[in-house]
Amino acid sequence: MSKVQVSTSINGEEVDFLCEPQQTLLDVLRETLSRTGTKEGCGTGDCGACSVLVDGRLVCSCLVLGVEAQGHEITTIEGIATDEGLHPIQQKFLEHAALQCGICTPGLIIATKSLLDRDPNPDETTIRYWLAGNLCRCTGYDKIVRAVQDAAKELAHPA
Amino acid sequence: MAEAVDFKVIGTSPVRPDGVDKVTGRAQYGADLNLPNQIYGKVLRSPHAHARIKRIDTSRAEAMPGVYAVICGRDFPQAAHGEIGGESGGDVSDLAKNIMARDKVLYHGHAVAAVSARSLRIADEALAAIEVEYEVLEPVLDIDAAMAPDAPLLDENCFTKNLPEKPDKPSNIAAVMQLARGDVDQGFEQADVIVEGEYRIPMAHQGYIEPHACVANTNEAGQSTVWCCTQGHFEFRAMTAKVLNMNVADLKFIASEIGGGFGGKTVVYLEPLAVMLSRKARRPVKMMMSREDVFRATGPTSGTHIKVKVGAKRDGTITAATAWMAYEAGAYAGAPMGPGAMAIFAPYDLENFKVEAYDVLVNKPKVAAYRAPGAPQSMHAMESALDELARKLNMDPIDLRMKNAAEEGTQAPYGPKFPAIGLKKCLEAAKAHPAYSRPLPEGAGRGVAVGFWFNVGMQSSAEVHINENGTVTVVEGNPDIGGSRASMCLMAAETLGVPYEQVRALIGDTESTGFSNVTGGSRTTFATGMAVVRACEDIIAQCRARAAATWGVEEDQVLWEDGQATPAPGVNADIKPLSLADIAANAAKTGGPLLGRASLNAQGAGASFSVNIADLQVDRETGKVDVLAFTAIQDAGRAIHKAYVEGQLQGGAAQGLGWALNEEYIYDAEGVMENAGFLDYRIPVASDLPMIDTQIIEVPNPSHPYGVRGVGETPIVAPLAAAANAVRSATGVRIPDLPMSPPRILAALEAAGV
Amino acid sequence: MGAFGYVAPSSLDEALAVLSEHADHGKRAQVLAGGTDLLVQLRGVDREPRTIVDIKKLAETNRVQIGASEVFIGAAVPSAVLNENAELAALLPGLVEAADLIGSTQIQGRASLGGNLCNASPAGDTIPAMIAVAAVCVIAGRSGTREMPVEDFCTGVGSNALEAGEFLLGLKIKTPAARSADAYLRFIPRTEMDIAVAGCGVSVTLDGSGTCTAARVGIGAVAPRPLLVADAATALVGSRLDEAALAAAGAACSRAASPISDKRGTEDYRRKVVAVLCRRAAAAARDRALAR
Repeated sequence: MSKVQVSTSINGEEVDFLCEPQQTLLDVLRETLSRTGTKEGCGTGDCGACSVLVDGRLVCSCLVLGVEAQGHEITTIEGIATDEGLHPIQQKFLEHAALQCGICTPGLIIATKSLLDRDPNPDETTIRYWLAGNLCRCTGYDKIVRAVQDAAKELAHPA
Repeated sequence: MAEAVDFKVIGTSPVRPDGVDKVTGRAQYGADLNLPNQIYGKVLRSPHAHARIKRIDTSRAEAMPGVYAVICGRDFPQAAHGEIGGESGGDVSDLAKNIMARDKVLYHGHAVAAVSARSLRIADEALAAIEVEYEVLEPVLDIDAAMAPDAPLLDENCFTKNLPEKPDKPSNIAAVMQLARGDVDQGFEQADVIVEGEYRIPMAHQGYIEPHACVANTNEAGQSTVWCCTQGHFEFRAMTAKVLNMNVADLKFIASEIGGGFGGKTVVYLEPLAVMLSRKARRPVKMMMSREDVFRATGPTSGTHIKVKVGAKRDGTITAATAWMAYEAGAYAGAPMGPGAMAIFAPYDLENFKVEAYDVLVNKPKVAAYRAPGAPQSMHAMESALDELARKLNMDPIDLRMKNAAEEGTQAPYGPKFPAIGLKKCLEAAKAHPAYSRPLPEGAGRGVAVGFWFNVGMQSSAEVHINENGTVTVVEGNPDIGGSRASMCLMAAETLGVPYEQVRALIGDTESTGFSNVTGGSRTTFATGMAVVRACEDIIAQCRARAAATWGVEEDQVLWEDGQATPAPGVNADIKPLSLADIAANAAKTGGPLLGRASLNAQGAGASFSVNIADLQVDRETGKVDVLAFTAIQDAGRAIHKAYVEGQLQGGAAQGLGWALNEEYIYDAEGVMENAGFLDYRIPVASDLPMIDTQIIEVPNPSHPYGVRGVGETPIVAPLAAAANAVRSATGVRIPDLPMSPPRILAALEAAGV
Repeated sequence: MGAFGYVAPSSLDEALAVLSEHADHGKRAQVLAGGTDLLVQLRGVDREPRTIVDIKKLAETNRVQIGASEVFIGAAVPSAVLNENAELAALLPGLVEAADLIGSTQIQGRASLGGNLCNASPAGDTIPAMIAVAAVCVIAGRSGTREMPVEDFCTGVGSNALEAGEFLLGLKIKTPAARSADAYLRFIPRTEMDIAVAGCGVSVTLDGSGTCTAARVGIGAVAPRPLLVADAATALVGSRLDEAALAAAGAACSRAASPISDKRGTEDYRRKVVAVLCRRAAAAARDRALAR
């Protein structure tokens, strides 16, 4: 099976890889590039654990072909913290105990970032519907929603 | 036991020590390890629910380029009989057949062969090249069909256990169990009011977001290292050794971070296969289940059929209660009918009761533990019946429960007398809670129910290392599913008297720390926590000895206060206290590094009771239910990490509500699960739920140094009946079966003519 | 066994050439827009090799144009882009709310109206909404483009009217007149993430007195393909969209439905719920039209 060469940008870094045409971006990230922060929970777009941003747009990387990454900018969980430290969303997830097992957390943080990038002051209903594609089985979502609310506040008025 | 005292760190909610790695993607879960020269393993699964395997031809797959090894049932040794142990019931030889079918497949998705190949794609192609010839048999898909006298048999050698005499012919009833006290006939005669109910609940899955995954690496001496997501790596090692007839010393298990388990990761599925494949290929083999595999081939919890009858006097005193309960075991014996039977009447002080329980084989996946295994189903039945009883008596449902509530000294239906328990306090708190009295919106209903779980102790080990600067490393053997490392650090910090930030906890592999049973049974903070506290006390004793030697006084003249050794009053006022850091810095001169140890088989895990209040709204035209409010009140004994205790209550509520409203295994007539994915196995999403209020009650467990009761399992028990009782209150109609999906609700409303 | 291939043509001609070449040689080509159905199928039910033709690099399939008389929505435009288009949401609120119901935020980042239509699921959320607003499919083929009413496009479960070598370029919708509005409702057991158990799109036009002068009703997930329900429209036209008219339209939807019982709902349940949805969607469309 012939592989295709793909040039892309992941978290601001130029990355080239070879992949089979039917391989998903998730598969490439995890198995080819060993960037395993992006998780697989279902492989069919139903759980959101594999959420990444493609050109700033929230998608499930299990429903994107690796070859489609050509020329696009991918942001994964590994690209959220900065040289200054954790992103406020990450910090608030920790402070609010918004993770138990933590497998859904990378996807939720990516989805939250995409929400707050668009809507800096979402209400609870908006948060819940925006995050409805990110399944969490441990928390009942209560502390996640509170973490997102607090992160929005923190981003609006950094302490 | 510590009485209500001012703790320094216990009861706070600090950031967990493993947190940063989990919010940055660094934390490594089961599928996150990639080793040099790694290849991939995949499993061929049965397309039939019940069939005899006539022939398996693997030759074409073996000949394919890029394929390293192919295995099937005939490659496995015969495993001896014996209890699996741990949290999921069953027999080792059944476990062996469950992970790789031998002569028969017993459910759709049952493993029949496995391959290892250079890539996942080649592995898929190799699976397609394996030829399996089946003789398809009639599947047995539910309890009624399985218990019918002429039912097709899953296992011709299954003779019902626990009967007075061995039955003369085999059946699908693997075991029965009875539990009784008093005289129920007399009890019902004394009753003024009797209610009866019959309740059916289909199989439901734990629904952890991380599919099972592992990497096995075997060397030429036959020694294997297995990295996997597990609730108990020591028990995974034991199971793998038994299934493969290996020496545990040749197996090293490393627990990865674990992406949820809820009981479902207490038994092996992939690990023995990966060991065999890596042995044959002499390369590391990585295996990952798909979500579909997880639904079809790992253990959900039992579907059940339960009948309950309760009689009471006018004042609410229950005079008798009986239950008949059948639990689907799936393909092999070992349904949680025992705990289901022991839990059903546990909250109540009953003179007369009788429970009859059945463990029933069906052509579905072998069940595994799921959070309070067996109790949600049986207590849903009892708590629904009590709701009807309260209505018949025109009595407040909390008052009815209070009237009969178990308390310290009550003899539990399963034998022992309860020590101090928190049921009455939970009921009082619920009655006083604003959530119980605030007005309901038009068309909404409120339901309450009681939850319970026994909790267990079992074996745990812990070591505490004092680093040269006085910081603390805790090493223990329980995979951390929900923040237990933070709890261990809190208990160690409290005991040693040092700041939380100076303590780190890690989970050792099977070669680097002492044995611990699974993270399950709500035992970790209780039992492993107890071991950590004991290991810290060992450190304190050593510190006092070293301070005494340094000061030239007797050990009993040295106290340990606020993280430092101080002279006892009247010893020598001029002695300057020695902190843990001081003692650590001087350790080389006083006897070497400070290492504390403890291992124990913890006794006295205190039962945890709960009361839940649910407000639900029902759309009478579509049958859709909205959750308006939910309040979970539970006795935690002592909350070590407050936010993670709240999180257990909230997460259990969400799982219980999902089970009550939408989650179910749906099968077609051939025994194929039709909803093996998160699209149609509908676990709650963020927009389905409101904020979940919690109230933690603390009735300290006398058997734990800080009063801890396990809190992990009880939270899933009460939501089922709380939801059913709320729907009853909203619509006037009792819907006994779960899930209360919209079509079921609409049909029930129509049948009732409302 | 053939091999998988991937091409991302940058022009319409190039896309048609690839598709024609495959059609002529009996080779399998499959058009990729958002991929939210295609990639799931690749993983499970249909793993056979093919050439994947990604149409997202074409100008036409990415175009959203709102004109005085006509709205054009390119076949590959993700739902999220439609949701973020305030002008479109004001003009065709029902269609946009249908697009907003396809799966999660993540799915909407990729899934398109065109893909939803070509996948031809009986339960595709946007199809009844497109039927309600009388959308017209613009189909590209080697002999030029052709047009087809959206209600004729799906020919059965998973099958559509595209000929070999053709692909869907986009959808044309007449810009709604004053006092016209649409609405779409679907029923799912959860609040999000489910496939519709039943769905109904309604568009209405009112005169100055509030009397309905034109209506269209589309239903989904209650028949092998989404349907235009003329009887439901007839029940609405001439009325003031009062309860009796809404109930009559709902009843017409129930009669038009030929649902199956499956894991998502029973036949009886779907028949009942589609009537409820029709009533509620028609009332929502009416209230929107009155507010215009």
